[in-house]
Amino acid sequence: MEIPYTVHKRADTGLYNAKLGIWLFLASEVMLFGGLFSAYVLLRVGAGEGTWPHGWLDVRLGTINTILLALSAITTLLAWAALKVKEFGKFKFYHACTMLLALSFLGIKSYEYYDKFHHYEIKLNNGTIADGHFVEQSKDFDLVKKTGTFTIHGHIVERHAELMDMRSDEAKKAVHEEHVIAAADIKHMENYSPRHNTFTAIYFTMSGLHALHILGGTLVIFYLWGPGSKMWKTDPERFTNRIEVSGLFWHFVDLVWVFLFPVLYLT
Amino acid sequence: METTVQQFPPFRESPAPQPDHGHDDHGHGHEHHEPNFWQKYIFSTDHKVIGIQYGLMALSFMLFGFFLMLCMRWSIAHPMKAIPFIGGILHSIVGDAMASPVRDAAGIITGYAMTPELYNAFGAMHGTIMVFLGVVPLAFAAFGNYVVPLMIGAPDMCFPRVNMASFHAFFIGGVVMLVSFFIPGGAAQAGWTSYSPLASTIPTNGQAFWLIGMVFLITSSLLGAVNFIATIIQLRAPGMTWMRLPWFVWAQFVTAFILLLAFPPLEAASVLQLMDNTAHTSFFLPTGLAVGGVVGTASGGGSPLLWQHLFWFLGHPEVYVLILPAMGIVVEVIACNTRKPIWGYKSLVYSVLAVGFLSFIVWAHHMYMTGMGQKIATFFQATTMIISIPSVIILTCMFLTLWGGSIRINTPMLFALGFLPMFGIGGLTGLPLGLAAADLYLHDTYYIIAHFHYVVAPGTIFGLFAGVYFWFPKMTGRKMNEFWGRVHFWCSLVFMNLVFMPMFTQGAKGMLRRMSDGGVNYSAARVPGAIDTLPNSIMELNTWILAAAIGLGLAQIPFIINVFWSIKHGEKVGTNPWQATTVDWQTPTPPPHGNFAHEPHIVRGPYEYSVPGHPTDFTPQSETVAVAKTAHAHH
Amino acid sequence: MSESEHPVVFKDYLRRCLLVLLAVACMTAMMIATSFSTIGGASWTPKVALILAIAAVNAFVIAGFLMHLLSEKKLIYTVLGFTVFFFIGLAGLTIWAMHDFPVGTTTH
Repeated sequence: MEIPYTVHKRADTGLYNAKLGIWLFLASEVMLFGGLFSAYVLLRVGAGEGTWPHGWLDVRLGTINTILLALSAITTLLAWAALKVKEFGKFKFYHACTMLLALSFLGIKSYEYYDKFHHYEIKLNNGTIADGHFVEQSKDFDLVKKTGTFTIHGHIVERHAELMDMRSDEAKKAVHEEHVIAAADIKHMENYSPRHNTFTAIYFTMSGLHALHILGGTLVIFYLWGPGSKMWKTDPERFTNRIEVSGLFWHFVDLVWVFLFPVLYLT
Repeated sequence: METTVQQFPPFRESPAPQPDHGHDDHGHGHEHHEPNFWQKYIFSTDHKVIGIQYGLMALSFMLFGFFLMLCMRWSIAHPMKAIPFIGGILHSIVGDAMASPVRDAAGIITGYAMTPELYNAFGAMHGTIMVFLGVVPLAFAAFGNYVVPLMIGAPDMCFPRVNMASFHAFFIGGVVMLVSFFIPGGAAQAGWTSYSPLASTIPTNGQAFWLIGMVFLITSSLLGAVNFIATIIQLRAPGMTWMRLPWFVWAQFVTAFILLLAFPPLEAASVLQLMDNTAHTSFFLPTGLAVGGVVGTASGGGSPLLWQHLFWFLGHPEVYVLILPAMGIVVEVIACNTRKPIWGYKSLVYSVLAVGFLSFIVWAHHMYMTGMGQKIATFFQATTMIISIPSVIILTCMFLTLWGGSIRINTPMLFALGFLPMFGIGGLTGLPLGLAAADLYLHDTYYIIAHFHYVVAPGTIFGLFAGVYFWFPKMTGRKMNEFWGRVHFWCSLVFMNLVFMPMFTQGAKGMLRRMSDGGVNYSAARVPGAIDTLPNSIMELNTWILAAAIGLGLAQIPFIINVFWSIKHGEKVGTNPWQATTVDWQTPTPPPHGNFAHEPHIVRGPYEYSVPGHPTDFTPQSETVAVAKTAHAHH
Repeated sequence: MSESEHPVVFKDYLRRCLLVLLAVACMTAMMIATSFSTIGGASWTPKVALILAIAAVNAFVIAGFLMHLLSEKKLIYTVLGFTVFFFIGLAGLTIWAMHDFPVGTTTH
């Protein structure tokens, strides 16, 4: 049994099967992320005055990640072009770069997540709010028993609104230093995890789903680069098609980031 | 097990040299070894085996979903009374919290009754199982997998291993759904629609299981949809032009597109609700949400309506996913058994395309009750009315085909004929629901239950039964027993109507759905003198519906026995027992791996019955007469 | 892609890729500059609109050149056309529905 058009194009469509398949899959991905972006728009437009934060994410890290992904998209395309001109060594080199860039992206993303999970907003009994990164906590720190201390590196603000716009002049002027806070003074504390507010929720969900796509794409590329590349010897045309199709997926993931970056970091 | 083994075609090749096997480094030395049980039936990449896997699993799930419904109907007719026979079994699974003991005067436990919580869980899971694990897998995945490649003259699906992965994702999704019955707190209880914030506030992890299960099921459908579309576009045999496609294939094609583009927003919504339920975000939870009088700790700022939009963006197209494949089966069966071409083939094609397109922009007619503005409501009322036009054209074409045909009555045809009025009732009773003014009254009553069950149960499921009886000879080489098939049909028809027809009355009288006690608290007996209570005549119908539902269950026994008995003992038939024209009947029976001995060349349209001058009253699509030879080179 | 008509010349690809990279970098810089600018004063709306417009151009470059969408087959365009249409339907109708309430409704 031979399934037709696995390598060669069908005359009336001008496509081989996998090419059509991946575009159909990408169409469904457009609707998946489309649903999420719709949710983002609605939640943001529906957010009350002053409840949508600005400047909570590090633009420098976001920019580096944008460039890393753009570079990886380039190397992906070059890996395919290398196969087209029958230079297997070049293919290996460029896709190795792709994977390194992808892993660097994930590394930076993980650091950003780590940073957010160690960032605390602590409402104090005197009405002020301490906000900053976790430094240390005493061994007997316990919110229920109200014993011990919690140390953060950050600042203390009077109004919650001051925390919402980290790009404002007063936020830039704020002096960040270590604060030791007694458990007895704490009314409520919460880190910048997904549950913190709508922005962190959508940030973690969308960037997390995107990171999962990066991870999946990297695994596929790794398979095709490593064990799967044996096919180059037996069926080079089909292997080249596989690299093209996986590349299309990779470019799509890059495309999603092109919108995620401004939507999450810049606005 | 021996009997079921025989119904599958033997492999002619080992799986190793399949062209989709990119990384095989074995198998070339021993190409002709027999694949073992696992390769043959569990990890098979043959579209026919996968189709049968889907079919058997979907039928089992439908039986299970039906059982859940029987328990619910008992609770509606006899609230908090011990369930006979199975009350004890339920109790041993879900415990005291969900199945409460019923005691006699002396305090001795005489049985176990369904609690409202268990009723809610069964209600949510009945809907979920019937839609996502029963009808869609059977109508789309099972029939689509088995029949579509055969009908278009393809050796298999485009991506056989993706096809296998699709079934495995479906299997895992089903297991996750089933496991949720056994966890503390029980299965999801927020209805098959899982509206937030209800879905995030009921204290059970069943909802998280539901969402994870849904992600698997959605993934399965997406992989299936990609495969179907690619197969239909790429693997049509030479000469199989678009306008020569059997209409069943068109229906599956449109269904696949609906699944491809409508399901992902629900996947997105499922992810968001999963975050709400596990990471305690507030995507769908409004600010200041209080549960049981206590304001929760969630950050708020979310939108419950957003869930409804994302859900119904799939939910409504899903209705067409349920109905279109069944319509496709009915068209094939009717064309074959009237022995004349289907009436208005082109109208059917354009109508199904129009239905598919419009199905994406009607979804908010499920949400008139949410305080929708007049302008947007007008938009959705208009699109809803418009989509009924192509649906009616499809039904009309089926009816007109009957006119002047020499109709052959057999079990598949009976079910197909039963489909027509039953779907008609379901469709027409939907019109008032599409208009906001009428919907505000009928919303969430038994009227709506009756409406969509008429579409799906005696509608879609009758179409599917027709398909099972129709293609069974292709799968096994034997016909199902005709007498018991007719018993199955007539009993099902009568009991279906006895179950669902009274619900229109109940709903019109204002009986609400989702009440585990069947509306006792709103009955004239409970609150005499109050206005607009449910009269006794309406309440008594609950008992009659229960009896009819049990009858409907019993009516399926002949079918189940017939299926298994006929595999070995049915009447032996040749490759084309119905004398049909489409090329799925031009293969050996059962079709071997790879389907066709020679690639078929299609030379004519799909419904050339009773062509004047032809020696038989059917002309197969691939029948090469001397004149048609020229068509070979063209595709 | 139409490799039979245009055989791949690796150097050409390298040059094209570098141009795309340059364009993406430039547009990213423009987005960042817009974000930190004072366009629109206190209101974020003009900035968001401008940034999204640049992002759309950026996406067009990536899809058009890296994914070869500019020289793709008609069938692919058809599929993507329907997808984009339904996405706009999903987002547009949902947003419309969320802002159209019956006359006299009060929201906080």
